[in-house]
Amino acid sequence: MAQQLGFWIDQQYCTGCKACQVACKDKHDLPLGVTWRRVVEYSGGSWSTDPAAGTFAPNVFTYYTSISCNHCDDPICVAVCPTTAMHKGADGIVSVDPAKCVGCRFCEWACPYSAPQFDPTAGVMTKCDLCADELAEGRDPACVAACPSRVLHYGEIADLRAEHGDRADVAPLPDPSITRPNLVITPHRHAEPTDAGTGTITNPEEI
Amino acid sequence: MTTTTPRTPLDTPVTRRSFVAWSAAAGGAAAAVGTGARLGLLPLTPARAATGGDGPRQVWSACMVNCGSRCPVLLTVEDGQITRVDSDPTGGDDLELPQIRACVRGRAIRQRVHNPDRLKHPMRRVGPRGSGEFERISWDEAFDAVAEALRSTIDRYGNEAVYLNYGTGVLGATVACSWPPAATGVARLMNLLGGYLNHYSDYSTAQITTAYPFHYGEWVSGNSFDDLVNSQLVVLFGNNPHETRMSGGGELFVTTRAKQASQVRTIVIDPRQSETAVTLADEWVPIRPNTDAALVAGLAHVMISEDLQDQAFLDRYCVGFDEDHLPDGAAPGSSYRSYVLGRGPDGTPKTPDWAAAITGVPAGTITRLAREIAGAKPCSINQGWGPQRHSNGENSARAVFTLAAMIGQIGVPGGGTGGREAAYSMATAAFPTLKNPVSTEVSVFNWTDAIYRHDEMTALSDGVRGADRLTAPIRFIWQYAGNALVNQHADINRTAEILSEPDDLTIVVIDHQMTVSARYADILLPDASTPEQVDLAQQGSAGALGYLVLADRAIEPMWECRPVYDILTGVAERMGVADEFTEGRSQEDWVREVLAETRKLTPAVPDFETFRRQGIYKEMSPDGPVVPLADFRADPEANPLSTPSGKIEIYSAALQEIADTWELPEGDRVTALPEYVESREGPEDPLRERYPLQLIGHHYKSRTHSTYGNVPWLQEAHPQEMWINPADAADRDVRSGDTVDVVNDRGRVRIVARVTPRIAPGVVSIPQGAWFAPDADGVDLGGSVNTLTSLHPSPLAKGNAQHTNLVEVTRT
Repeated sequence: MAQQLGFWIDQQYCTGCKACQVACKDKHDLPLGVTWRRVVEYSGGSWSTDPAAGTFAPNVFTYYTSISCNHCDDPICVAVCPTTAMHKGADGIVSVDPAKCVGCRFCEWACPYSAPQFDPTAGVMTKCDLCADELAEGRDPACVAACPSRVLHYGEIADLRAEHGDRADVAPLPDPSITRPNLVITPHRHAEPTDAGTGTITNPEEI
Repeated sequence: MTTTTPRTPLDTPVTRRSFVAWSAAAGGAAAAVGTGARLGLLPLTPARAATGGDGPRQVWSACMVNCGSRCPVLLTVEDGQITRVDSDPTGGDDLELPQIRACVRGRAIRQRVHNPDRLKHPMRRVGPRGSGEFERISWDEAFDAVAEALRSTIDRYGNEAVYLNYGTGVLGATVACSWPPAATGVARLMNLLGGYLNHYSDYSTAQITTAYPFHYGEWVSGNSFDDLVNSQLVVLFGNNPHETRMSGGGELFVTTRAKQASQVRTIVIDPRQSETAVTLADEWVPIRPNTDAALVAGLAHVMISEDLQDQAFLDRYCVGFDEDHLPDGAAPGSSYRSYVLGRGPDGTPKTPDWAAAITGVPAGTITRLAREIAGAKPCSINQGWGPQRHSNGENSARAVFTLAAMIGQIGVPGGGTGGREAAYSMATAAFPTLKNPVSTEVSVFNWTDAIYRHDEMTALSDGVRGADRLTAPIRFIWQYAGNALVNQHADINRTAEILSEPDDLTIVVIDHQMTVSARYADILLPDASTPEQVDLAQQGSAGALGYLVLADRAIEPMWECRPVYDILTGVAERMGVADEFTEGRSQEDWVREVLAETRKLTPAVPDFETFRRQGIYKEMSPDGPVVPLADFRADPEANPLSTPSGKIEIYSAALQEIADTWELPEGDRVTALPEYVESREGPEDPLRERYPLQLIGHHYKSRTHSTYGNVPWLQEAHPQEMWINPADAADRDVRSGDTVDVVNDRGRVRIVARVTPRIAPGVVSIPQGAWFAPDADGVDLGGSVNTLTSLHPSPLAKGNAQHTNLVEVTRT
């Protein structure tokens, strides 16, 4: 039967350490500025202060989301690619063929997860290939193998959804109906829904 | 009551569009940095590409820095270069013999080893000290120069003038061990040459280390974190394992699994919403830095007023909680109960309202917490080392110990002593470093004073130990694998001035990176990094897990670098003690020797050849969680503490004696009780009119202190930014991403602001450990918090109070 792999993130215990990001960069020799897996910090809320008493109290939340490519069922990057360089393989993995890529960056503009990343040295797009070479040898993707907290996992998306639900509509992620990502999130206890979030991305310069 | 809503960097609601904005920001960064951002890094060859030469192979090494863990790393090596880093593939995902997954830093170790800041050759200073102007010299010239300076220093001033400065850049190694100083190869060499001036305690724990003997008789940890599953409530005072113990086989992993298993209610008390508060906490209680003892006094007031304390425990196991249990000679009204109720000398009841005004924690919260803490059985009271790294940190540490005693949860499963978590540790052997003939010690922190005013420094004035006073100035400094010579010490500008003064001072730095401290060397000796030598990595803090790593030589020492053991052997030859220093052994011979000795203590540890193949050895504690003081709890008469009374001393007569006899600077106080003491640059200091913000320096995920501070992937992942609350930022017209100046009388740091609700109003934090980089005007563009910290030591420990600072922040 058709295979479709995806990621599962247990958001509650993600510390935003970025071991996943750096393990990915190490595995794929990515230069600065090309970061296939990124970690978004989302934070919000307010403080109550009582100047007369000299006190303060927080109503503040923060959580992290580690995101690479979700190897979507409706990959918008593939749809907008003018050269067919971006393609979804039989294994469900969305990849870019550097021989066909002209570096127009439409896919980067279109992808709501910032998965395709432009490599200015090569002049082409690059992206997460789910460590297909590692999978072929029976090993986990580098990011999954790296996670110190064991909150980042991969597997058959049907199995992941059966076990962990089908939520991917967590702020600041986009509405999953746009691309139908193969992503399952067990939300942080303070997680807010997509398009109804009151917080902000607090590390925009890091992603 | 007023409510402020944080202003945000992106005001638009988060929709797909703003996520595209995120995308644009990332793409823009990529376009902006381009390839030049590699900054001269060696080319990174594809990890698994087929190559000629010797072909790829995997070698076990370890990341041995000062984070509490010693993570194994499995290095892929091709043509003499590390091309990929994997972590421990052995073991599983539960607490029984788990994979020890390296954190983000260990994963970046190849950019630390293959780094443009690597020292390549021995060098001698040619410009002013600190100018960074050096000339290349040969190893022979270097050994001659070190030996000549050592000889002339000892001839002129004696061995007390030779100081081994703190260094934790190679922590947990056996032969290349850099800490504690007495366990290093440098100590072994110096002990063969008549000894050296040692120091006591360390930059991590100076205040609590010094407080412990007065309270418990000796250092007593809390229960190990795997025991959290037995607690009904966990209260973490400034303990932040998810940023300070980040290994995926260390306390981050242990606490995550414990929380997942038990969902134990967890309260984090911290000025920052730390990552531990994000992940583990059910409640985050922000507090003003410097005020933990006041919070404890407020909690105690509620407990005493409502008779919630465990009086039977206090009566049997403690001294000084109430007037009936004071030692002979203590003045009436000097019990903790009297202090809390306002019946002591200050006459001030420590009500929740009193504590609220000091700590910032609302009185209602204090009352609620007191009832909850007193009612939960068992309850783990646990403190990290941030609360004690303050000008009154000795008292903060003891106050938290006292809270643990008040609820009677010491020495029981699920409880804790109020100290930081214990961990299982196997019996292992060590590299023998011989005995230091010099007994005199200074504190880890006031060594800079011993450079310019040693003749004033006595036991009573400056905490000199092992002698009544110093008899020589420091005139020779060994700095091996450390950055506390400058960057991790305090008041960098003043420190640099002190180091610049004596003409007859010699500073020898052994390191493999051009650190800030290395820039201040007179003689700079290029060390080999851990993957360039063989060593035995000795276990980190990991709950009930013990482990050793045989860190093999993955690549040859680069350029002219040599392992520290070989460097010291070269000096030993010049000093005529080579045979005594080496005993005819190479570094590998010593590793084999120590391993053989270890196998006598822990027979399951594999022999050298087996270990070299398997890389890591793990075992679980045979006794389950570590519960310190269980024997004292079971029978305090048979198992007394080593305090004078044999009990927990909430009132310490020994401290009262110090308070009566020591010569303390104006404003400094030592107290027999763990009182809240207002201190310079604390929240009540009138200096706040000029410098209204309290500055702390949290541990940062991209560095272990300053180690890894020059690694591009980590700088990209976790940029150096100052945290500021939205209200304070609004007052100063500061937005996230703005460059700001952080200023006090000691210096000026220029840094990017991160406006975040994750820090309390009135508090800013600069992640500690960034590398000092002054511009022509002396403005630190590197963002080192120690440009702003003070050299004034804490009263009792003479320790570093690096979280007690007042500053102002302005937009540039």
